[in-house]
Amino acid sequence: MDDVIWDLRVDSAVKLIKEGKRIDGRALDEYRKIDIQNHISETAEGSAIVNLGKTRIVAGTKMILGTPYPDSQDQGTISVGAELFPIASPSFEFGPPKAAAIELSRVIDRGIRESKSIDFKDLCITEGEQVWIVFVDLYTMNDDGNFFDAGSIAALSAMLETKIPKVEDGKIVKKEYSGKLKLSKKPLLCTFAKIANKIVIDPTLVEEKAQDARFSVSTADDKHLCAFQKGEQGSFTRSEIDECIEIAFKRGKEIRKTL
Amino acid sequence: MMAKKKDEIEYVKNGKRVDGRKVDELRPLKIEVGVIDRADGSAYVEWGQNKVLAAVYGPREALPKHIQNPYKALVNCQYRMATFSVPDRKNPRPGRREIEISKVCSEALAKSIFIERFPNTKIDVFVQILDSNAGTRVAGLIAASVALADAGIPMRDLVAATGVGKAGGEIILDLNKEEEDAPDAVDIPLAILPGTEEIVLLQMDGLLTKEEWKKSIELGIKGCKQVYEVQKEALRKKYGEAEKETAKAREPSAKETKPKKEEKVN
Repeated sequence: MDDVIWDLRVDSAVKLIKEGKRIDGRALDEYRKIDIQNHISETAEGSAIVNLGKTRIVAGTKMILGTPYPDSQDQGTISVGAELFPIASPSFEFGPPKAAAIELSRVIDRGIRESKSIDFKDLCITEGEQVWIVFVDLYTMNDDGNFFDAGSIAALSAMLETKIPKVEDGKIVKKEYSGKLKLSKKPLLCTFAKIANKIVIDPTLVEEKAQDARFSVSTADDKHLCAFQKGEQGSFTRSEIDECIEIAFKRGKEIRKTL
Repeated sequence: MMAKKKDEIEYVKNGKRVDGRKVDELRPLKIEVGVIDRADGSAYVEWGQNKVLAAVYGPREALPKHIQNPYKALVNCQYRMATFSVPDRKNPRPGRREIEISKVCSEALAKSIFIERFPNTKIDVFVQILDSNAGTRVAGLIAASVALADAGIPMRDLVAATGVGKAGGEIILDLNKEEEDAPDAVDIPLAILPGTEEIVLLQMDGLLTKEEWKKSIELGIKGCKQVYEVQKEALRKKYGEAEKETAKAREPSAKETKPKKEEKVN
């Protein structure tokens, strides 16, 4: 029964998009309303909850002491992880992460990592001995499509407020902080769905079910691209990719200003 | 002597790259079709130092039944790196990277196949990397596509792929490991259906301006088309020879219809 209703929703979404309209009245290149609440967890070093329309995702950062990699003795590292938490959707379940969750994690991670907005050398405490590992973990809370962009905004918001714990004698002093995590750029992901040969930004769940192909563009700032990911079984033409890039720069710039 | 620091390397000097190639030159590429007897289709690819085996099994019944799609075949490409294919031994368990690559490669191949002709089935494509030096996913993908053709699976086109990107400020085709490790490196794995230039796989990481992207995609598509020629040649070598034999077998009957005089002239 559920499937039949979704099929009908998909049909009407496709019909509308063919006319250049969308189910929720948005323009094809328009985001849903973005609402960010910071500081939602006392125990986290930084945190944020992001509502992208009805899609909701939570991000929290923890800074952990670790040893550097042998080939980068003076550098710390970051790790972004996302989980499709069953609280968010009847289609998610606990267990080892499936390919979709792994792709989501890695695409958000790449968007941040490749922007080089964090100088990993800043995360070094004692060269060759002790460095910071910044964990950014994302938990989906409600699925109405596009966890890519919601997750990227949440991760960035949480990182922007992340405090670095104080370290004494090689150990973390609880509840005391020595400064804030430095970010030189605000990398943002913009995700597009190709539906009925039209490109729409920020797809809802219905639009995701209707999409032939997906394309995510990460912009590091107003001039630089830093990551791409094409997904799903459809294809894109070169001009469609260029269209996505143009819109990603435009929308990225707008969202960046609000963060 | 200590190795040069990465930021001291000139990645393109007098039009030549660290391994002597031109900016728009692929590493040597060799493709062999039909290398695994038990498989429905298979291929072996050597691309620079990269060595890849691909095998296709199917279309076969998709099991368990609940995974079946009544409208189309499932395409299950599994990309795996051998434990010895990297400088430090790789954990034999499939990592997150391999799972992501398997997903995007499955999706890219699915676009090239008439999957709607095989409802409720699964097409398994296994890709094994035996030796690696940057660009293994695109090497795996072109091997997989040739193996699918070898399996006789109806396809819209072959999937042709290459890496393209940037090192030392220059846009270059088919990056090797040294170039991929450049401080400003950008790596763009790209796969297209060459006939229509539809993009079926596209990833990127590293800082790139819009202008650099335009140059990269231009070069990337050119590279894919060169790879496409090698793929077709490899298939021609196996099936073209067979065609010639068939043609030969037909020859006597064709001659019979000709007057004997002409035969003497020949």
